[in-house]
Amino acid sequence: MAAAFDEMNGPGGELRPAYQELSRWLNETPPEALEYRRQEAELLFRRIGITFAVYGDAEAQERLIPFDVIPRILSGREWTILEKGLKQRVRALNMFLRDIYHGREILSAEVVPDDLIFQNPVFRPEMNGQHVPHDVYVHIAGIDIVRVDAADFIVLEDNARTPSGVSYMLENREIMMRLFPDLFARHRIAPVEQYPDELLAALRSVAPQSASAEPTVALLTPGVYNSAYYEHTFLADKLGIEVVEGRDLIVKNDEVFMRTTEGLKQVDVIYRRVDDDFIDPLTFRPDSALGVPGLMSAYAAGNVTLANAVGTGIADDKAIYSYMPDIVKFYLGEEPILKNVQTWRCREPKDLAYVLDHLDELVVKEVHGSGGYGMLIGPAATRATIEAFRDKLKREPEGFIAQPTLALSTCPTCTAKGLAPRHVDLRPFVLTGSKRTTIVPGGLTRVALKEGSLVVNSSQGGGTKDTWILDE
Amino acid sequence: MLSRTAENLYWLARYVERAEYLARTIDATLRVTALPAAYIGKTNEWDSALLTAGAAASFYEHYQEANEHNVIEYLSFSPTNPSSIRNCIEAARLNARSVRTALTSEMWDTINGAWIELQEVWSKGTLSRDDLAKFLRFVQETSLRFDGSAYRTMLRNDAYWFSRMGVHLERADNTARILDVKYHVLLPEEEHVGGPLDFYQWSSILRSVSALTAYHWVYRETLKPWLIADLLILNDALPRSLASCYGNLVRNLDQIGVAYGRQGPAQRHARGIRNRLEHSNMNDIFQHGVHEFIQEFIADNFRLGEIITKQYLI
Repeated sequence: MAAAFDEMNGPGGELRPAYQELSRWLNETPPEALEYRRQEAELLFRRIGITFAVYGDAEAQERLIPFDVIPRILSGREWTILEKGLKQRVRALNMFLRDIYHGREILSAEVVPDDLIFQNPVFRPEMNGQHVPHDVYVHIAGIDIVRVDAADFIVLEDNARTPSGVSYMLENREIMMRLFPDLFARHRIAPVEQYPDELLAALRSVAPQSASAEPTVALLTPGVYNSAYYEHTFLADKLGIEVVEGRDLIVKNDEVFMRTTEGLKQVDVIYRRVDDDFIDPLTFRPDSALGVPGLMSAYAAGNVTLANAVGTGIADDKAIYSYMPDIVKFYLGEEPILKNVQTWRCREPKDLAYVLDHLDELVVKEVHGSGGYGMLIGPAATRATIEAFRDKLKREPEGFIAQPTLALSTCPTCTAKGLAPRHVDLRPFVLTGSKRTTIVPGGLTRVALKEGSLVVNSSQGGGTKDTWILDE
Repeated sequence: MLSRTAENLYWLARYVERAEYLARTIDATLRVTALPAAYIGKTNEWDSALLTAGAAASFYEHYQEANEHNVIEYLSFSPTNPSSIRNCIEAARLNARSVRTALTSEMWDTINGAWIELQEVWSKGTLSRDDLAKFLRFVQETSLRFDGSAYRTMLRNDAYWFSRMGVHLERADNTARILDVKYHVLLPEEEHVGGPLDFYQWSSILRSVSALTAYHWVYRETLKPWLIADLLILNDALPRSLASCYGNLVRNLDQIGVAYGRQGPAQRHARGIRNRLEHSNMNDIFQHGVHEFIQEFIADNFRLGEIITKQYLI
């Protein structure tokens, strides 16, 4: 694998313009001062209670996501391109979903094969012909972006269900501004704090027509034990809305109400952070205690808006992902601005043969997996792991896709041995309301803290950084 | 507000108050048991600590003997005792986490900070006397900080009133329980069999409700059992007296009633209890039996909790 592109010190070792001021500051600042502020940051995070839970890890039910104090910086020009590309991508995702659950032109045109949709467990037949306000399905998207060089932004994954992480984007910035006022004074950094306002505006704009001019929005959480629970309360607080659990809601005559100390109060828009499977035990998993019985029938009656819509999983599925460039072209007649990672679909015999021959070079992912679980990173895997994967692939090829191992770009990061380059990705958050799509300039940068590691997931030892977009 | 939010706030406050009360009870019991045997008589003080904590029955499912080590362990650290200080703090934090948005950051900081700090204490196993004293003080300080931050930082709306109701209902229960267990040492002189030994019992009762100094300020007298009973039951000026708790409960319920524009059984039941306290005097209470009076109060107080739950919290 070639040396990775470093975002501060470019290919020839030259300092890239966006990092000039930071580099100067780092040279002036003694390592002890940096270390001191790093510890301060950790203390602040723990005090505020920003933790996440790792499933299956009883020892550390609540952990801190490590925070790296060295910011990741993008120039204004880079952001302009990225922003345009993200808007294009999310427009296509929404049009694709509308089409899949209505006319299915894209299937008739044979751009995407039928069986990928109809045999997919995340396809929701309940949504066939269902109207959603303003045809918006994905109100909140988290698009994972990586870079391998200075030229392109590449989409690694589209998250169109219940993407999380935006609270870290906001809190990271707060903490950086508290700890490094001097550094902020030397840059012009686009603010991110307007995100909650923009989110609330987007959510209200898609309320059912029957709702009042001041629609009631609530955030539906699976509860305290969910790994993103902190984020749910954080956002609800910033939005000034209630954070509700399934048991707080009740459906009567196809209308949704929350139980309050003053009786029942109608809810118009539900920003739900509960997966489709658990949202209504009458329609989906009957054993779900997290959901609201009857919610889907209120949804079908058009009396409540769910954000994101039910059935969006069909758009961010890893098997569908490989068709995204074609999907963009089909609906918009434009060339995709953001690149896709080259993807081999193991369901196709030719691709499978290639993958089986090159397992030690490729990353193999489960089509329905997420969180960095259940994937094979060929170059880092042992012989035995590779062979085990080979068997799995042969048994169930349609369950997997493969991609080349990308040399993700790196950013300088605090390590035990001082600053060193570590691999990063970026998750910007794209909001779509009735009239427009907006993206706050920034996003969540995740960093693989272990030397050489490419896995940035917080559940697998990744950390986060503040992401700066320079306002030039 | 969401019923569940109100419920969490109410229980959060109750758990913090209960943790403080347990810490005070253990503290007071340690003081009494440190006296030479001749001063405290034959009663097992650790047994009565269990009784005042309402934990006697479950205790004997796990232990043979109510001695210092066992009782402190059970009341302070035991994960199996649902009302141990440890479980109170755990439950308080869980409730706080569920209603993060309804708490001010100062309140959250107090509970979360205490929880983090106490994780270390739990992992230590048996504490030395020094560490135990530190721990008990820390629990009491946490409650004071929590109370203080609620008082100083919360908006005066239903969230605040539900939280205060939790405090006062729990407090009334605790004061009544200690009276229930110790009533026999509070009977007027001619009736009870004891003697000068009781002095230490009396001061111990006052200590567990942090009212020893208050007693002297109010009565300017040596410790007299009927005055102690008067202070803890009827004296409006003492924050932990039954009368004061009910003055506050009625006020909080009224505030909620006004804000919501609706009264209910909770308001009426609370007023009923307060009126009975207002129209009582110690002579009548002794005449009819302190024990009966207290037991009736405990049942009434419990009933108010049920009514509040039904009216607002579910």
